[in-house]
Amino acid sequence: MIRRILTIAALLLAYGAANAGVLPDDRADVLYHLYDGGGVEIDGPSVLVRKKVGKSVSLVGNYYVDMVSSASIDVITTASPYTEERKQWSLGMDYLRGNTTMRVNYTSSEESDFDAETVSFSVSQDMFGDLTTLTLSYALGDDLVRRSDDDTFEAPLDRQIYGVGITQILTKNLISSLNVETITEEGFLNNPYRSVRYFDAGSALGYSFEPELYPNTRTSNAVGIRMRYFLPYRAALEGEYRFFTDTWDIDGHTASLSYIHPWKDFTFTGKFRYHDQTGAHFYRDVFPRAQATNFRGRDKEISPLTSYTFKLQAAYEFLRDDGNDTWGFIKRAKVTASVNILNVEYHDFSDLSVGEVLGSEPLYQLDANVIQVYFSFFY
Amino acid sequence: MDKRIFLVGRFLLPLLVIGALSGCGGIEPWVKPYERDKLADPIMALDGDPVSTAYIQHVFEAREGARGGEGAAGGGCGCN
Repeated sequence: MIRRILTIAALLLAYGAANAGVLPDDRADVLYHLYDGGGVEIDGPSVLVRKKVGKSVSLVGNYYVDMVSSASIDVITTASPYTEERKQWSLGMDYLRGNTTMRVNYTSSEESDFDAETVSFSVSQDMFGDLTTLTLSYALGDDLVRRSDDDTFEAPLDRQIYGVGITQILTKNLISSLNVETITEEGFLNNPYRSVRYFDAGSALGYSFEPELYPNTRTSNAVGIRMRYFLPYRAALEGEYRFFTDTWDIDGHTASLSYIHPWKDFTFTGKFRYHDQTGAHFYRDVFPRAQATNFRGRDKEISPLTSYTFKLQAAYEFLRDDGNDTWGFIKRAKVTASVNILNVEYHDFSDLSVGEVLGSEPLYQLDANVIQVYFSFFY
Repeated sequence: MDKRIFLVGRFLLPLLVIGALSGCGGIEPWVKPYERDKLADPIMALDGDPVSTAYIQHVFEAREGARGGEGAAGGGCGCN
């Protein structure tokens, strides 16, 4: 698939028009996020600053914090509630030359038992009079997994991400994008704290736990398409679909529909997202006995599930770029608030927190709210 | 390792072709620059809120088995 797309892209580039591309707008964003659901509360800030240097370089930096307080279904079943903090920062540079934009980015993430570093590189080419933008990207991730209760445990995880994307103006009212992404991972892929359960006639509830054991490689492919259409009145409609498949036999379908409606200085957005996936081939809610298979997992994230998300968002532009009001060097500013209401139905993951005997536990269901409030300044 | 080399090769080849063929003549754009006023409207930006988008993608990736294929291709739409 990737090879075919690259061949087509290379042929298209042969006819590329020589119009200059554009760098992203200078902006600063200050965001507060809160996730609350399933016994987990995560909140923190995210700050992004982007600034041009000269006419051909744009620098970007991002600082992001997750403060986690977790008493999730996994934690209360086999471990103890915990709190922790994850800090992530990234630095990037865009370099524009003619109709080609090159980007490099470095991201570092740290928490008490997990470190991650990622270096990414991409090249974008505008062509056909800027109707088409083709992007090729590559990223290399280097993670280190540890255990907070075992100082001797340390396991590496390497990741490579290959991407091809095309943004295409189709008509005066319609823009689309197609993205293909392949991710290969090698190393310690399971969660070091999580366990699987197996039949145990000698146990009061009929089951016992043992550590999970994942394969040490995973390759996934995803292809996503988006279309955004300017309606006959000033509003927009967006549709999106993604197909996902990987070597663990997880197949996923994700679709969403958004409606964007401006009114005076406000912009309102409503979005519905649907996701459905099959489970990994080594996933079982309960294994027939201890060490029943070479690989075994009971993470609800790799189980068969369906999720529904409903999003409502309102943005208010309190400083417009109309030449009347200015705040020093700031030309435009807006504040945005959004809520995502998330519901996940697990088709093969039992809720063990109720303490029922084996076979009579209900299936688990997750309800969560995700709230974001952020200020954006353009200068 | 052979697989990695193969994948990298598949990306390097088109880059070489880009270099070799740049400078060739263009074709006529079917949506003229002066016809892109609606596409330049902020409500048509594919990713007008990069911080928020990155955060919510992270939320979904942490709770579902699927990842990738959702990013905007970047580089803008030539609407500015």
